[in-house]
Amino acid sequence: MINAVGRDIPDYLLKDGREVYQGKNYRDGQYFKKDSPRVKKHEKPEGSKLCSTIREACEKCGAHDGMTFSFHTEFRDGDYVAAMVCKVLVEEMGLKDLHVAATSLGSAQNIFADYIEEGIIVEAQSSGVRGRIGEAISTGKLREPAIIRSHGGRPRAVEAGEVHIDIAFLAASSSDCCGNAKGQGGKNNCGSMGFAMHDARYADHTVIITDALADFPNIPCSISCIDVDAVCVVDQIGDTSKIATKEARMTENPRELMMAKNVADVIAATPYFKDGFSFQTGVGGPSLAANRFLEEHMRERNIKMGFALGGISGAVCDLMDKGLVERILDTQDFDQKAAAHLFSNPKHIEIDLSQYANPSNKGAYVNNLDFVVLSALEIDTKFNVNVITGSDGILRGAPGGHPDTAAGSKCCIIVTPLTRGRMATVCKDVVTVTTPGDCVDVLVTDYGIAVNPLRQDLIACLDDAGIKHVTIESLQEKAYSLVGEPDPLEFEDQVVAIVEARDGTILDVVRKIKPYSFD
Amino acid sequence: MLIEKNAVAGTLESSDAQVSVEPADELRLNIESVVANQYGRQIKATVLETLSRLGVDKGVITVIDKGALDCTLKARVECAVFRSCDSSEAGIPWGGAVNG
Repeated sequence: MINAVGRDIPDYLLKDGREVYQGKNYRDGQYFKKDSPRVKKHEKPEGSKLCSTIREACEKCGAHDGMTFSFHTEFRDGDYVAAMVCKVLVEEMGLKDLHVAATSLGSAQNIFADYIEEGIIVEAQSSGVRGRIGEAISTGKLREPAIIRSHGGRPRAVEAGEVHIDIAFLAASSSDCCGNAKGQGGKNNCGSMGFAMHDARYADHTVIITDALADFPNIPCSISCIDVDAVCVVDQIGDTSKIATKEARMTENPRELMMAKNVADVIAATPYFKDGFSFQTGVGGPSLAANRFLEEHMRERNIKMGFALGGISGAVCDLMDKGLVERILDTQDFDQKAAAHLFSNPKHIEIDLSQYANPSNKGAYVNNLDFVVLSALEIDTKFNVNVITGSDGILRGAPGGHPDTAAGSKCCIIVTPLTRGRMATVCKDVVTVTTPGDCVDVLVTDYGIAVNPLRQDLIACLDDAGIKHVTIESLQEKAYSLVGEPDPLEFEDQVVAIVEARDGTILDVVRKIKPYSFD
Repeated sequence: MLIEKNAVAGTLESSDAQVSVEPADELRLNIESVVANQYGRQIKATVLETLSRLGVDKGVITVIDKGALDCTLKARVECAVFRSCDSSEAGIPWGGAVNG
């Protein structure tokens, strides 16, 4: 069946009430019954929940064949815990038919790729897929298609009971012996535990894994001991130097700085840029750099930001320290500066992914967002964005909060170079739709700015401010004139991943790629 | 032109292509590309068209493409061929097979 973004979704996937994407806000106002965890009573005083090994904790929590386990990825590429736990489940306990429910999957979980190849991990759902796991999934090694959910879509699916977590294994920078845990107070501090908090409340069992045992009670904390079954102490939970990866860097590239300046100029030209405005940036070079240029406009107009949302970098913390930001609502820290800032400034507050972006709760913070600045692997002339598949059709990206913030915000700005090497970023049709075009308002490239024709109001704002803009078709034509028109990718029929819209409908599918032959 | 000895041009940097040529009795093409799925057909056509323009009809041509634009591909193929027959110093057919 063809959905609202023109993608053909195979009918066999439309079972158990599953629908194709119908456009934004389709499920607004519907009621649903929340799923609840099946939890074990700890009535008898036990004093400590410390287990000497991860295996002991797994046995205590009834780890079994066919179970779903989860973990968070606040340590990004520096995470040790997911791989450590999975190795115990598979190699020490010999479990099989495992289901993974991750906030992301990347190079830190490369060992999962082996277990997928061996048929031990059979299902996976994640908000991002990179590295060898992406290749394993793309070549169809899972028993069922992987499910790609946004950061808001994940807690929605958990609360709807579409994914039920048997055991959540949550890395914590410090914890006491009963499981009061947080991303601070240890030797490897990740900062916000926003990716982990919701799992602790909805998983049947929660295991805290830490490398810094704190005195009881380790409060205030992100995860409460009332949700924790077991605590394990290991040597190292992660490498914080790998949190700031190349996806989260501050650029010095003049082309990216030019785009960042144009982003700030577009923001300043809209009526939403007024005292108390709210703002989020992704971690691509130019979107991160937009913070710098926004500061000039804020000082010029003598206005402050009401709140900054989402993944937080040191750049946003600097703005707060200069008195330009009232509140920071933090799901994830992209660098150590931001991680430390979270615990030193009372107006810098940790929030979980449901509070951040879940479309099925009673109003997530993204709904109050004025501006979001995001990057893209590809954007097409319908303003549909792809941030999950590379131009070779292989899974190598992460929707994260992209679709949630695009849908919630009043003004969603995509910033991306027109071409990357030979790849046309602005194209006729994206390989995979991860954020629907009706949620995307402005595109800023190094060759010009385009506004979604759905937003005539923004077009008028840019015209009034004297900001030049062109049609997105002209940008696409310019891109093709530089690199040549790409041939369409060729796929097999097999669906290897389902891209869920944030409301749970099917936005797109990723099929198995046919290897290209030069013969 | 005749490929007389092994020669190479280009690098493995992003947006470049490394082209190596070696003498052989027939024409053989080995191409690998990071953008093969979308541009494989065009890359092969560009390489063949460049070889034909230079009058090269035998040799083993190996292209390792890192997302080079067509103009880069052409230049790397031309350069490798010229180097293989010592034409780089004086024998480049400016205005002939190479006319910008």
